[in-house]
Amino acid sequence: MSRLTVPKTYKLAIGGAFPRSESGRTYEVVASDGSFLANAAKASRKDARDAVVAARKAVGGWSGATAYNRGQVLYRIAELLEGRRAQFADEVAAAEGLTVAAARAQVDEAIDLWVWYAGWADKFAQVAGNANPVSGPFFNISVPEPTGVVAIIAPQRPALLGFVSVVAPALVAGNAVVVVASERHPLPAISLAEVLATSDVPGGVVNILTGSPAELAPWLAAHADVNALDLAGATELAGETTWVDLQITAADTLKRVLPPTDGVDAVAASLHRIVAFTETKTVWHTKSML
Amino acid sequence: MSFLDYAPAPESRAILNLRESYGLFIDGGFVDGHGTNFATISPATEERIATVSSADEQDVDAAVAAARRAHDTVWSRMSGADRGKYLFRIARLVQERARELAVAESLDNGKPIKESRDVDVPLVAAWFFYYAGWADKLDYAGLGASPRSLGVAAQVIPWNFPLLMLAWKIAPALAAGNTVVLKPAETTPLSALIFAEILRQADLPPGVVNIITGAGETGRLLVNHPDVDKVAFTGSTAVGREIARSVAGTRKKVTLELGGKAANIVFDDAPIDQAIEGIVNGIFFNQGHVCCAGSRLLVQENVHDEVLDRLKNRLSTLRLGDPLDKNTDIGAINSAEQLQRIRELSDIGEQEGAERWTADCAIPDRGFWFAPTIFDNVSTSHRIAREEIFGPVLSVLTFRTPAEAITKANNTPYGLSAGIWTDKGSRILAVADKLRAGVIWANTFNRFDPASPFGGYKESGYGREGGRHGLAGYLAPDARAASNARIEAAGTTTAKTTKGAKK
Repeated sequence: MSRLTVPKTYKLAIGGAFPRSESGRTYEVVASDGSFLANAAKASRKDARDAVVAARKAVGGWSGATAYNRGQVLYRIAELLEGRRAQFADEVAAAEGLTVAAARAQVDEAIDLWVWYAGWADKFAQVAGNANPVSGPFFNISVPEPTGVVAIIAPQRPALLGFVSVVAPALVAGNAVVVVASERHPLPAISLAEVLATSDVPGGVVNILTGSPAELAPWLAAHADVNALDLAGATELAGETTWVDLQITAADTLKRVLPPTDGVDAVAASLHRIVAFTETKTVWHTKSML
Repeated sequence: MSFLDYAPAPESRAILNLRESYGLFIDGGFVDGHGTNFATISPATEERIATVSSADEQDVDAAVAAARRAHDTVWSRMSGADRGKYLFRIARLVQERARELAVAESLDNGKPIKESRDVDVPLVAAWFFYYAGWADKLDYAGLGASPRSLGVAAQVIPWNFPLLMLAWKIAPALAAGNTVVLKPAETTPLSALIFAEILRQADLPPGVVNIITGAGETGRLLVNHPDVDKVAFTGSTAVGREIARSVAGTRKKVTLELGGKAANIVFDDAPIDQAIEGIVNGIFFNQGHVCCAGSRLLVQENVHDEVLDRLKNRLSTLRLGDPLDKNTDIGAINSAEQLQRIRELSDIGEQEGAERWTADCAIPDRGFWFAPTIFDNVSTSHRIAREEIFGPVLSVLTFRTPAEAITKANNTPYGLSAGIWTDKGSRILAVADKLRAGVIWANTFNRFDPASPFGGYKESGYGREGGRHGLAGYLAPDARAASNARIEAAGTTTAKTTKGAKK
């Protein structure tokens, strides 16, 4: 006798909670063979704004945590993900129509990517910052600080690895993020939110919206309390809006914009993705007053 | 006559050997522009100094083409050591002609000669000297081995530090192997044109640096030129937005140094003598025409009266007048247009209820002048606390606790600089951590150095100038090296998975 399964309700992840879209909208997510997987929440402009508010609230605590602490929390994500490898492999395989082996490989790579970025948390400042030998009696030092609230359009595929590839580096420096997950394959991202919620990642540090990037991205690009925009997944927006339009919109508030890049290495692990969402702060300390 | 009155001590203009008119410096020589010529005047006397060419579309094309040619055939192929030697030559020539450059700068810009002579021009030489040494050490710039130049850099600079901004732009660009088309501000082209003569004395290959004069339209044509690879702009946030829009979707790399409304925070335990000098230097240096000026004084409530009294006393000793006079502290406002804006915002400050105090000093009959002014009882919602005045006008606000000071300091869309005055070391570090600004001066203000990165948070722009960070803004990683680094990074993941999952 086969057991009747208990399907999961997939919702948004905002401010450490899992709300439905305030709009009440959902859309049907299907497997690669067209079969029904779930109804995902179709986030609205209001949800996006709520997510920005939650991210802004969270950024102070997360960026104020010690780098060692942030590194441990990011490593904790890898630990918990490791324990749920099978679940994520199933979700990825169903979503993208991959073989079990390929899906497992993607999940493993995503786990290892968290480990790699976790290790950068208390090191990247030593590589990206430096002491400056100025001509005068001053101790002068430049350090990278998080840009603040980063809005991210995640790649459509790979469903899990693409998401982790853009979210993890932004978290390393202490940013809080609002991510628009893959529209076609949003379920692994929402499941990942469950991992984040139990990994000591403070509520509001990662806010995940599912729905239409073409609908949500323009609001995020224009939002005055968003400091930076990662357009990694904005190359194939539905409708007439292009990633260039988003960059133009972002210019009004002088957001830092990471445009999409082509090729298989587009969102590959790199220090550059960490530093892209930092600001260099240079402090001059007088040392002539005895 | 009080002991503070001095006999005039003007610096001689005889050192200048100006031409009646200047063309555009393109491909190693001066050529006539196709736009309408304009005059550059002395803001202190309104007298005409020289006639200057204006570059139109055809001239911009020619300058960019010359820069492209020089980049592809000469400059990017030259050894870093040789590029460095050219930059060292330029640094030395600037030192040799320092006084001439200082006089030209003060004449054309209106800033006191003591500032152009002791600050601007020495820093110009230092900037070229610093980046000269980088030219053959690019592997250490932080982008991995063998980083490459970007190509042609379009650089548009403001009128407040004409020659210094030129140095900030040209020195790192050239060290990294880029070639340059630079447009000085419309009201202050003179020192850049003398600098072009220095480039000829240095025997810099033609086309490596092109200097084109003109107004905003020339700048727009340059920034939007399709064959430009890098845009570096210093100026207003409004124009910065326009540039950010116009480069969207292009390959152009951008550095924007825009406006500011810096908080200069004075705690009650501050070393008060130094703080007063720092406040004065923060907002009255260069007539307040400084994007990182400490235009908002945040003073702890219990020392407000003392600080204000001493500040007013100090300001009463400042001498306003002839920029070429060696005793002058406050020079001329750079243009009639800027003077109008300062007056307008100051009037608004009065209308909004702030208390105005202006130093009692004689204003010359001709030229553009604005006496040092303080607005007390300013609140964060006042326009004079929010908008960049870019003049010798200080807005004073008070606070009670460090938390309030931090909140008020960060309550601005800008984030270029800030100052902290306190004798408590741990407070300096704690407050510096929480201020959202790119440059923070602790118990000092308005310090600049070629080794020190400069640039803003938020709407003060992005990118850094100065130091290793400034160099990186003109470089791209070597494609092969970048790919290797990524493989190395991915190599931390299990070997069997890296291939499959990356498609």
